[in-house]
Amino acid sequence: MAVKLIPSAADRRLLDESRGTRAMTWVMAIMLFLTVLAGALGLGTRSAARSLDRQLAGRLTVQIVTPESALRDRQGAAVIAALKRLPDVKRATPVSREELATLLRPWLGSDGMDPDLPIPAMIDVDLVDASELAIARAIAAVQRIVPAARIDRQESWMAPVSDFMAMITSLAGALVLLMAAATAAVVILAARAGLETHRDTIQVLHMLGSTDIQVSRLFQRRIALDTLVGGMLGTALACAVIALVGMQVQALGSDLLSGVMLSARDWTLLLLLPVLFALLATFAARIAVTAALSRIL
Amino acid sequence: MANIVQFENVGLRYGTGQETLSDVSFTLASGAFYFLTGSSGAGKTSLLKLLYLAQRPTRGLIRLFGEDAVTLPRKRLPGFRRRIGVVFQDFRLVAHLSAYDNIALPLRVSGVPESDIAAPVGEMLAWVGLSDRAGAKPPTLSGGEQQRVAIARAVISRPEILVADEPTGNVDPDMAERLLHLFHSLNRLGTTVVVATHDFHLLGRIPGAHMMRLDGGRLLDPTGSLRFPPVQPE
Repeated sequence: MAVKLIPSAADRRLLDESRGTRAMTWVMAIMLFLTVLAGALGLGTRSAARSLDRQLAGRLTVQIVTPESALRDRQGAAVIAALKRLPDVKRATPVSREELATLLRPWLGSDGMDPDLPIPAMIDVDLVDASELAIARAIAAVQRIVPAARIDRQESWMAPVSDFMAMITSLAGALVLLMAAATAAVVILAARAGLETHRDTIQVLHMLGSTDIQVSRLFQRRIALDTLVGGMLGTALACAVIALVGMQVQALGSDLLSGVMLSARDWTLLLLLPVLFALLATFAARIAVTAALSRIL
Repeated sequence: MANIVQFENVGLRYGTGQETLSDVSFTLASGAFYFLTGSSGAGKTSLLKLLYLAQRPTRGLIRLFGEDAVTLPRKRLPGFRRRIGVVFQDFRLVAHLSAYDNIALPLRVSGVPESDIAAPVGEMLAWVGLSDRAGAKPPTLSGGEQQRVAIARAVISRPEILVADEPTGNVDPDMAERLLHLFHSLNRLGTTVVVATHDFHLLGRIPGAHMMRLDGGRLLDPTGSLRFPPVQPE
């Protein structure tokens, strides 16, 4: 029973493995099931937020509200030509009257198609990069031709959505940390209960000259194994649920929800959770056992 | 012979009650054999607990292997305990381990490789007459058999001091004689042996054994020979 990383079969026999109902394995399965789901929610939302940011960053909408349609069309064409001359601009395209009428249909009905109805000209602009300087140059170019033109950054419209997603990501991260703390607390309680159950054996070991580290290793191994086995079970179940939800999301065909996908790196992180929790459990068990043993002679 | 244990005015009190041991002073010579006697409640088990470092005294000085055992840091206790073999009054065998594994326990605690364990454990099982019971677990062993397993466990690592609390309490006279013979054999190999017993018949069986008698928590030493043992030739 000397200090070794992997205990021998004889060391493993020291704590009566037949005792107890291994409830710890099931508790850990539930903990990891919930943790992996929370982790997946956080990673998926973060991925969606990044995808949204990538899509909207550097996109502008120019509105020309000149009432006279012929002037408005000329101004629109001039603005597009000016924008296309800028090296920062990847694309500048007018939004067709048909598209605008479709967008306005909820408010105007079929009147939106009336050619006499003064509808602002709209131009979609994609910039090569989303830097503040590039945006300022594009705005200046537009305002030189039409000082009254209104220019909106598309990302500002989606800012509340981005903020919401960031909040969900933070919440999921907090949930993972909370579950880790709860796991450590469960392990400490289990280790203390184990010490009580095996009090007689531990007293004998102490009297024979066992060190606290030797005794704590017996508990660490057992708790780490329970956490790993339970954790793998919980993680497998959670991954199955995540895959099922992923298929449902894909079937919806939503642009926004399509960003809520897990990358290979995200899956690796989720699959590492039971190992990380087993390490955490080992550490917590060691702290709990050595602290308890230090109070006896 | 050098002194291996020294008690000076040792007192022990549990909680706020009366002292269980008072002003106990004695010296144990290395390689000697001692009987500790006294009526029930005289403090024999408490004295042995101090000897095998299961308890610290409330007052006084204890020197063990030449070092102060009272202020010994906790982390050094395992090293000291490995040099002391203990036969507990209630055996304290690990119930779910076989007789073989119980006897092997001190060697495993000391980090002896598994390949070097089988031979000495087999030898010990034969020594206490339990070779055919190696795989039996304590609950299936008789009181006498459990006693012998406990003794084998206490002596397998050849301790410098062997402390036995009523080791013959659960065995018949023949077995008591045999066990005492085992202790004597170990003593002849150089181990200091302290046997607490009620059994006055055993006291004369070990030639040259010293007698320690406790009465009401005090060690009777009318001649002072326990405190200041006569110098003997090496």
